[in-house]
Amino acid sequence: MTQSRAAQASATATQSSPNDLAVAGAWTARDLGAVGVQLDAFVFGAGTAVRVDASGVDALDTAGAWVLHQLLARARGTAASATLQGLRPQWERLLQAVTQHVQEQSGELAPVAIPVPGGVERIGRSAAASWEQAYAMLGFVGESALALGGCIAHPARMRWRPILFNIRRAGFDALPIVGLLSFLLGIVVAYQGADQLRQYGANIFVADLVGLSMLREFAPLITAIIVAGRSGSAFAAQIGTMAVTEEIDAMRTIGIAPLELLVLPKIIALVIALPLLTVFADVLGVAGGMLMAQSQLGVGYGEFLDRMAQAVSVTSYAVGIGKAPVFAVIISVVGCFQGFRTQGGADSVGQQTTRSVVQSIFWVIVADALFSIAFSLLDL
Amino acid sequence: MSSAPSTTEAVIAMRQVGTRFGDHVVHAGLDLEVRRGEIFAVIGGSGSGKSTLLREMILLQKPSEGTIQVLGVPLEDIDDAAALALRQRWGVMFQHGGLFGSLTVLENIGLPLREHTDLADPLIDEIAHWKLSMAGLKAEVASQYPSELSGGMMKRASLARALALDPELLFLDEPTAGLDPDSAAGVDTLVRTLRDLYGLTIVMITHDLDLLWQVADRVAVLADGKVQATGSMDELCRTENPLVRPFFDGPRARGAQQQAQAPQTTQEPAWKPK
Repeated sequence: MTQSRAAQASATATQSSPNDLAVAGAWTARDLGAVGVQLDAFVFGAGTAVRVDASGVDALDTAGAWVLHQLLARARGTAASATLQGLRPQWERLLQAVTQHVQEQSGELAPVAIPVPGGVERIGRSAAASWEQAYAMLGFVGESALALGGCIAHPARMRWRPILFNIRRAGFDALPIVGLLSFLLGIVVAYQGADQLRQYGANIFVADLVGLSMLREFAPLITAIIVAGRSGSAFAAQIGTMAVTEEIDAMRTIGIAPLELLVLPKIIALVIALPLLTVFADVLGVAGGMLMAQSQLGVGYGEFLDRMAQAVSVTSYAVGIGKAPVFAVIISVVGCFQGFRTQGGADSVGQQTTRSVVQSIFWVIVADALFSIAFSLLDL
Repeated sequence: MSSAPSTTEAVIAMRQVGTRFGDHVVHAGLDLEVRRGEIFAVIGGSGSGKSTLLREMILLQKPSEGTIQVLGVPLEDIDDAAALALRQRWGVMFQHGGLFGSLTVLENIGLPLREHTDLADPLIDEIAHWKLSMAGLKAEVASQYPSELSGGMMKRASLARALALDPELLFLDEPTAGLDPDSAAGVDTLVRTLRDLYGLTIVMITHDLDLLWQVADRVAVLADGKVQATGSMDELCRTENPLVRPFFDGPRARGAQQQAQAPQTTQEPAWKPK
């Protein structure tokens, strides 16, 4: 019907007299263009007989038929009658199809548009959604704990392969980026402190500054944030995609608990890997600080390490490492939880992945703040 | 079955097409021709390369050798502009719908019109509504998202989108797979109506024997990397080729055949919404 499309002129409509309208050209979706607006501007005399001459139409598709039908319907609204002449017979059926569709539609009620919620309703809805999410999260934590308890009671059910695989993915593979960033962080901390310390001639205290800040705070935090971005998102995306493709349902029907296969190995792997990564970040961060101390403050490596051994207690080191498993649990639980909440399609996977990263970083920082308060109360 | 193809002009011509994935040979020296206005079906066992064949026809995959012409345009070394123009002349209904999850059904159907025409938005919505009912879906489906639809509805919505630009050529990948018998029968009539109404050429991949007997004008049997036989079901039925026989022997095949050859008394209304 639209074989020689390129050669056809686009659709036109001309009104030679109030009762005579001539339509011509290609009345197809691509060639209709502005003719719709033009048609709306035509005024038909009331009570007259309108004639539409369609002999110039050399292509017609559903879009064209629709517009033509609308035109006739509008003309019939005001004029006494409207007739279409000269349309090639092969398109008559198309026009009949439109008429038939419109008649069928008129019987059906148009779907009622859902009203846009007002301000108060929106607040209420989002509060309810947050509450529902918190409740579901609590349930998920409980279920995971039960599954963990079950696995500890029956160690044969523990899945070692995925645990080792996840340690490699989330831990070993993250070494370069964690190392690089904490090294840079060490440099930044030493560099920022260097000026102040030099003013007081307290150059050697750069070891206190770098040692304490890196081991206690920065190394665990930067590691957790990198891992949340790298692995937390991967957990959410993997589980989310599996939920969309019904793999999780399949797992359940086969009799494998998704929590045992998907969640526990991730939590366990991260609880093992994150403290180790933190130790690595400690080492590289201090190395970065040492490099800066030597070049900016003239503090030699030996001196630096001697001073650091005195200034930084084992407790400070242990406090930093001790936070890592907690961060690991937060990251893996939030990542997996958001993955399981995926419904629908690709869009939802993206949304849940974003949520998992934002929420796990948020909770990691909140937990870090709570640790700081607790440790200062305990004088650690 | 109903009306014979008007002309014998080839809409799709594949000559000596070969496809290999590494060492795995999918097609070797495959020839195929689809004529204008016919309903052409490709059948074959699992792994016989039907889907690959379809992907090669719709520019999703390049064959390793041979030539393919679709609507008179050779597909090898086609430039971007020509490919875009060609893509607007065909519609594809994917097996699992391929609907965009972030758009409603109505937006999905209107998308090709919005992308490729200057029509006003309300007009696009009206046309999309029409295509929706043409595909046998109710109006309330329009505002739903694809994830809320059943498999059958998703197929119908996908068909409506394939029809958005009034294509000359329609590709259907397993149009009835996963549908209940009633919906599948609806697809039978729908396919025929579309061809009669618009003079569409329809190429479909299917396993549905009823669909083959009821609507296909010509059928190509794919096996061993080649088209083993082409012809109407009646013609194929008489071939002795052992690679073609499985589609005609066996109780299911005979049942479908008997039903097709029995005089049809009830003709379902073509536009019946689901």
